[in-house]
Amino acid sequence: MNEKNNTLLIYTLLYFGFLYVPVLFLPIFSFNDANYMSFPLAGFTTEHYEEMWSKRNLHKALWASIKVGVVASVISTTIALFAAKAFARYKFRGEKISYGGIMMPFLIPEIILAVAILIIWVNLGFKLGLVPVTIGHTLFCTPFAMLILIARIEGFDFSLEEASRDLGENAWGTFFRVSFPLYLPGIVAALLLSFIISFDEFILAFFLTGSDATLPMYMWGQMRFVQKLPHVLALGAVIIVFTTFIVLLAFWLRNVGQGKAKKDIAMKL
Amino acid sequence: MNNSFIQINNISKHFADVKAVDDVSFEIKEGEFFSLLGPSGCGKTTLLRLLAGFEYPTSGNLLIDGTDITALPPDKRPTNMVFQNYAIFPHLNVEKNIQFGLRKLGLSNDEIGKRVKEVLSLVKLEGYEERFSNQLSGGQRQRVALARALVRQPKVLLLDEPLGALDKKLRDEMQLELRTLQKNIGITFVFVTHDQQEAISMSDRVAVMNDGKIQQLSAPNELYKNPKNIFVSDFIGETNFLKAETKSSDGEFINVSIEKLGVFKIKNNLNIATNSSDVVCSVRPESMMISKVKSDWDICLDAKISQTSYLGEMTRFYVETKGIEQLITVSSQHFDNQSFENNKCFISISLEDISLLNKK
Repeated sequence: MNEKNNTLLIYTLLYFGFLYVPVLFLPIFSFNDANYMSFPLAGFTTEHYEEMWSKRNLHKALWASIKVGVVASVISTTIALFAAKAFARYKFRGEKISYGGIMMPFLIPEIILAVAILIIWVNLGFKLGLVPVTIGHTLFCTPFAMLILIARIEGFDFSLEEASRDLGENAWGTFFRVSFPLYLPGIVAALLLSFIISFDEFILAFFLTGSDATLPMYMWGQMRFVQKLPHVLALGAVIIVFTTFIVLLAFWLRNVGQGKAKKDIAMKL
Repeated sequence: MNNSFIQINNISKHFADVKAVDDVSFEIKEGEFFSLLGPSGCGKTTLLRLLAGFEYPTSGNLLIDGTDITALPPDKRPTNMVFQNYAIFPHLNVEKNIQFGLRKLGLSNDEIGKRVKEVLSLVKLEGYEERFSNQLSGGQRQRVALARALVRQPKVLLLDEPLGALDKKLRDEMQLELRTLQKNIGITFVFVTHDQQEAISMSDRVAVMNDGKIQQLSAPNELYKNPKNIFVSDFIGETNFLKAETKSSDGEFINVSIEKLGVFKIKNNLNIATNSSDVVCSVRPESMMISKVKSDWDICLDAKISQTSYLGEMTRFYVETKGIEQLITVSSQHFDNQSFENNKCFISISLEDISLLNKK
């Protein structure tokens, strides 16, 4: 190994260290038998996890996050699927404008999106709660879902759909028998990533939840009291493991059936 | 036999300001092997897609077996298509691919099983039912595509350059097989290709297309022997063009002055105008004779061989003649590149092998 490679190795290690060491403190302290996050470690305990498990409000917040996440990811993936199909398949008037329009929530600061929805929602006379959060999350997740689906659909051979029409299937039959099964890995990947984005989302929830806290809101609330910190650390550790699992699953699914050859080319590049 | 089984009436298809198909009318007979031949961008594939229902015409109408299908979607038409890339469903095995189009036909399970079996034996793919597309060779995929279309027993089978992706040997085999298959089952085939050899060897009739228009529609031998215009003459086989001018008419003959060669009486099949310089004479390489000694043919020229290419079954000579600018191509089965001393030879042409064509 020459000097240049050593430098790169050090750089790489520093990079990953910077990225993951802080995250690793969460699980470490979540098993530490103390109320404060400080070294030296006081001893091993699972008490914080037991405490976490016993919090009724946490259960409520978890359930709220799951509801919001499922509804937002299903709606945004559905919208994204139709949009991705249109962008990948057809040339049409206003294509760039519509694309930009859908990608917008991806680019504008979330806090502005949150404030805008808040103002409109309140002025329309509706109550804050999980419904506006779900709407906000749907808006926010759609561009992510669409990017994943466009990548999937762009490599798709559209003569397969023509073949289906030619063999006597109508447009719906073609969608369910040909397009949908072939898009499916992309659809599931989009659903999972949208769910995770919604599940982790804080700013929109902060402005729009009212009294129905989502999980990130619950954590935020608990952080104000020092003695409640440890069980939030336990919760954080669980969320990290769960999120990592879902994201890996989504990436794996995104590549399923995309062909080994393509992957080989990607490796070479 | 229905002579106007498929009727194409004044069909035009415009994409923005491009006239892909420009006011085309013709008929295809029942049970015919019909080819649409032309260079890429000539409109042949668009015409096929109009027949399949993937495109709708800008104007004109289409009839199959007396029924107007102009406005019908692809799934309501009595046609099936073999796609250029075969479009085998990758998530279904061979058997499911073939069954795909039978679901809507309201057949019993027994009937479906029977039909799939029959068509698999027709395309010689028995035993491949469980395979997926990525486990098949190019030739096998082509057979699956064919089987999947034929199992629906369409009135018309549309084929979009189906042999283009195969290597030469397999392509020759499939040409013969397709032709035999078509004669046996008697379904009307409309075959799109840019390969003139493929079109003339397989078809009952060929429509040569260019610029969205039919240039000539006739039997393959007619296309070759009596091309109607310079495009067809150039596109089908190889030919030599000689500069010419028409003079006075003489019944069914016309006096033509061919550059540097003199004035000759040539049959005027295409009613070409007299005293026109907008004409050209075409002579096929194999209709000329190359020889070591002078002949008594209508035209015999002193010539010098400048290039030869040996092709096995024949040899192609590129020769210089006095006064004619371009090299003339002559092919011969008797002589090869070793035959001539000092590259000196004679080129003979018979007047009946010269076709007179309009430049436009």
